[in-house]
Amino acid sequence: MNSMTPVGIDLRAKISVKNLKFFYGQNQVLKNINMPLFANKVTALIGPSGCGKSTFLRVLNRMYDLYPRQHAEGEVLLDGENILDPKQDLNLLRARVGMVFQKPTPFPMSIYENIAFGIRLYEKLPKSELDGRVETALKGAALWDEVKQKLNASGLSLSGGQQQRLCIARTVAIKPEVILFDEPCSALDPISTAKVEELIDELKNSYTIAIVTHNMQQAARVSEFAAFMYLGELVEFSGTSQLFTSPEQKQTLNYITGRFG
Amino acid sequence: MRGMKIYEARRARDKFAMVLYCGAAVLGIVWLLFILFALVRSGVGGLSLTVFTQNTPPPGSAGGLLNAIVGSLIMTAVGVAIGAPIGLLAGTYLAEYGRGSVLASTVRFINDILLSAPSIVIGLFVYEIMVAPMGHFSGISGAIALAIIVIPVVLRTTEDMLLLVPGALREAGTALGMTRALVINKVAYRAAKAGLVTGMLLAVARVSGETAPLLFTALNNQFFDANLNEPMPSLPVVIYQFALSPYKDWQKLAWAGALLITFAVLALSIFARVLGSRKAAQ
Repeated sequence: MNSMTPVGIDLRAKISVKNLKFFYGQNQVLKNINMPLFANKVTALIGPSGCGKSTFLRVLNRMYDLYPRQHAEGEVLLDGENILDPKQDLNLLRARVGMVFQKPTPFPMSIYENIAFGIRLYEKLPKSELDGRVETALKGAALWDEVKQKLNASGLSLSGGQQQRLCIARTVAIKPEVILFDEPCSALDPISTAKVEELIDELKNSYTIAIVTHNMQQAARVSEFAAFMYLGELVEFSGTSQLFTSPEQKQTLNYITGRFG
Repeated sequence: MRGMKIYEARRARDKFAMVLYCGAAVLGIVWLLFILFALVRSGVGGLSLTVFTQNTPPPGSAGGLLNAIVGSLIMTAVGVAIGAPIGLLAGTYLAEYGRGSVLASTVRFINDILLSAPSIVIGLFVYEIMVAPMGHFSGISGAIALAIIVIPVVLRTTEDMLLLVPGALREAGTALGMTRALVINKVAYRAAKAGLVTGMLLAVARVSGETAPLLFTALNNQFFDANLNEPMPSLPVVIYQFALSPYKDWQKLAWAGALLITFAVLALSIFARVLGSRKAAQ
């Protein structure tokens, strides 16, 4: 298959995807995907609309299970355990593999509750400790200074960019191991986008990150590894700089130079 | 200019259409205002403190509507307390669990029929299953009849309101590892809260004016009695009975009662709308 460069010394696959196929009913939308997500690295998924990159992401936390007539075949190993196993507990999986969506999705409750709610799902903490965790999460999402005066205001009262960072804080607060970003900046202005990108850069120290993006500059800026997908197939997976400067596949070259897609 | 004549004709038709639409809208609201005006004119004279402090009188003597008001409040409250939770849970099933299932579409279809079922049919039904076996009319069978009217109203609004909650919000809850019940309770219900409350208020407004289902179930009672096992008076039934009577005092009280109930329902509906639109403005 494709070469995997650069090979660092501390590369460990947090997630290994093996022969992954995905179906909407009879319609196969992922064809035999094989790729790793390296621990504490950012992996970008790029490709034209409909190529299956969001679908791929939604396999990693089995979000597709919400909907009937969707199913996956193959293996997705998270620390060596196959999460596609029917016995996998989905809620526990999602606590380990968090997700940030395209549109900000704050819950209809206060800023504080948006964060505290998720924490309470897994931990019983005294109020003071919970306050501390909320503060840490908001600081981690570079939102604390903007909201510390109004923690009881509705999460919906924030701007789009702030809402998205609130959602990131909410995801980070429950201490997942992997964070999936599904076009997290497509609804944001350039300044908010820059903030979220900075945040992703910091988060990779503690988490394994996968990001779907339509913006190739963004992929180049935030990721160490990149996967180019087309029509449900993984065309190329390699180090981001290599994929963007000297791709091996003609299709990848055509896409990143804007000749199609 | 070329085409001016064609344009003039089109403009005239445009004016005509606008007059037609506005006229129809005005005609619609005129009747409501007319009803309110007639009620106020005939009812306001009968309003006094005794309406709220005394029970319905025998013919020819003075009295009030206290027992009818209290009976209406009790039966409406019990009916909504029984019907609203069932409607809420069933509506939640349709919106959250049963999408695309045969059971859901069957329930939805039957519910639509129930929604438009004549209320007198519901009254007769409860008469058959409760009043006849018990051997007497009672407040509880009245409340049950009202509950049966409440269920489809609340069920429908619950489903509609929950379907307005964006799927992305449910996915966000799921992505945090929330169970389905938690996503519904903490995310979907909260997001749809104003709409759900609006639905219940509209159900209250709907049943508090119902007469037919109570005629066959709770009947009436001259006396003040909070016992649900006894026949129970209600404003609509008292209005019905008094308005048809030949006695001037009774007719006067019927008008007062009609005025009361209309404005109570109007206030409730306006409150529900305000609540609903405040939600929409968010």
